[in-house]
Amino acid sequence: MRYSGLKVITQGLLGNKGWGPAWRSPEPKAEYDAIIIGGGGHGLSTAYYLAKNHGLTNIAVLEKGYLGGGNIGRNTTIVRANYYMPGNSEFYSHSLKLWEGLEAELNYNVMHSQRGQLVLCHSDGQRDTLARRGNAMINQGDDAELWSRERVREEVPYLDFEQTRFPIYGGLMHRRGGTARHDAVAWGYARGADRRGVDLIQNCEVTGIDIENGVVRGVQTTRGPIRAKKVGMVVAGRSSQVAAMAGMRLPIESHVLQAFVTEGLKPIIDHVISFGMGHFYISQSDKGGLVFGGDIDFYSSYASRGNLPMVEHVMEAGMTLMPMIGRAKVLRSWGGIMDMTPDGSPIIDKTHIEGLFVDAGWNYGGFKAVPASGWCMAHLMATGESHDVAKRFRLDRFRTGEVMDEEGTGSQHNLH
Amino acid sequence: MKLPCPLCGSRDRREFYYMGTEDYLTRAGEGASLDDLDNQLFLRDNPAGLTRDLWYHEQGCGAWMVVTRNTVSHAVLAAELVAGRNKGAKDAH
Repeated sequence: MRYSGLKVITQGLLGNKGWGPAWRSPEPKAEYDAIIIGGGGHGLSTAYYLAKNHGLTNIAVLEKGYLGGGNIGRNTTIVRANYYMPGNSEFYSHSLKLWEGLEAELNYNVMHSQRGQLVLCHSDGQRDTLARRGNAMINQGDDAELWSRERVREEVPYLDFEQTRFPIYGGLMHRRGGTARHDAVAWGYARGADRRGVDLIQNCEVTGIDIENGVVRGVQTTRGPIRAKKVGMVVAGRSSQVAAMAGMRLPIESHVLQAFVTEGLKPIIDHVISFGMGHFYISQSDKGGLVFGGDIDFYSSYASRGNLPMVEHVMEAGMTLMPMIGRAKVLRSWGGIMDMTPDGSPIIDKTHIEGLFVDAGWNYGGFKAVPASGWCMAHLMATGESHDVAKRFRLDRFRTGEVMDEEGTGSQHNLH
Repeated sequence: MKLPCPLCGSRDRREFYYMGTEDYLTRAGEGASLDDLDNQLFLRDNPAGLTRDLWYHEQGCGAWMVVTRNTVSHAVLAAELVAGRNKGAKDAH
């Protein structure tokens, strides 16, 4: 069924009895041309683009829980293309362009809101760095504006400009940055993939990967064995466990990242705002809740819940930046499991096993990458070659030294 | 979370710096291949369950310790001084 304004009106008049399920729930077949392990944002977009761009429709997405139940279902929903390094810059630029056409492409309202992202600076050095980053963004064909302190004050007067510890020197405005409705992105890709014939199989956990003489043959699942010539592992949060089924160790350590939502408030924060000194970022959802987060908890964890020191740190950073939010009540917080790589950049690559591919290591930045990650993973699985904008996301780059440390913080998993 | 420092007793997590798994203690050594270095520095088992990792009592006694804990439940089971381990481990510092 194609969604439209007319459909909403006619269905409204008919008591909304004509809406069907957005996708089928098929039984798994014995064999597919390709299997995607993981029904999150990246897995679903990979399946969608395999079908749409490469005409591969005899494929399945295997999800151990329900579609979109992982990090795509819980994040701070920020979409941006403000990366500096070659390799990252063109990839996120490509992703943002896909975002801009996503609703028309999927015939699904993902509530993509280009409200602008403002990154603040608090010293001369940091301002220079932002200017340099802005120039890189403009050279990439994206947008950036360097704002003075006065310009920032004009637009967001509620920040604490008078404080002496981290005075605000200005900021970098990325107009095309913003937010999107995270669940809808998963659902839109799921519906789009299903309509092109992809089997989305839920409650189907992969328990083994069948490999013969270095060639992948299929997978073992809780719903029986499924044969396939190509298998893509797209399971951020559990990448190491799935790769271990193929006898691989990945350059990934899992960490918890916490985020927080307050009660609904009247519109107060128009943009996405990032504090330059405390790793704090905040936006306001369309429901009115302030959505904000900070750093990872800094030690490896699969607990899906965080620790108090980081809760305190995030709240302190928020109060330092904008004391006005101090009276808002936090409704809930949650922790998601992040694939942390030693350089903070992701992996989209083949493995040493023929027909086995990996899309992992998104650190805490996977949401904005969903469209381009699927686009490039689909390209890789269909053609056997890396897509141009993702060719530096190599699995072996730590061994070869071709790392992409965007933050310049060093080669330790928890430093990014 | 509290960690049982062998020298200072049970102390708050805030006093410690986390480095990563105890893989860092097994030095690849002279003549090591790129694969050996890759294994020591970057590739990880990353277990969902029991793990042994390195913590530094930065705001306490300054000791490095290996903590055995569960990454799923956050239960901390044991801690031992890195300095108390075999000589190979000492060489790491």
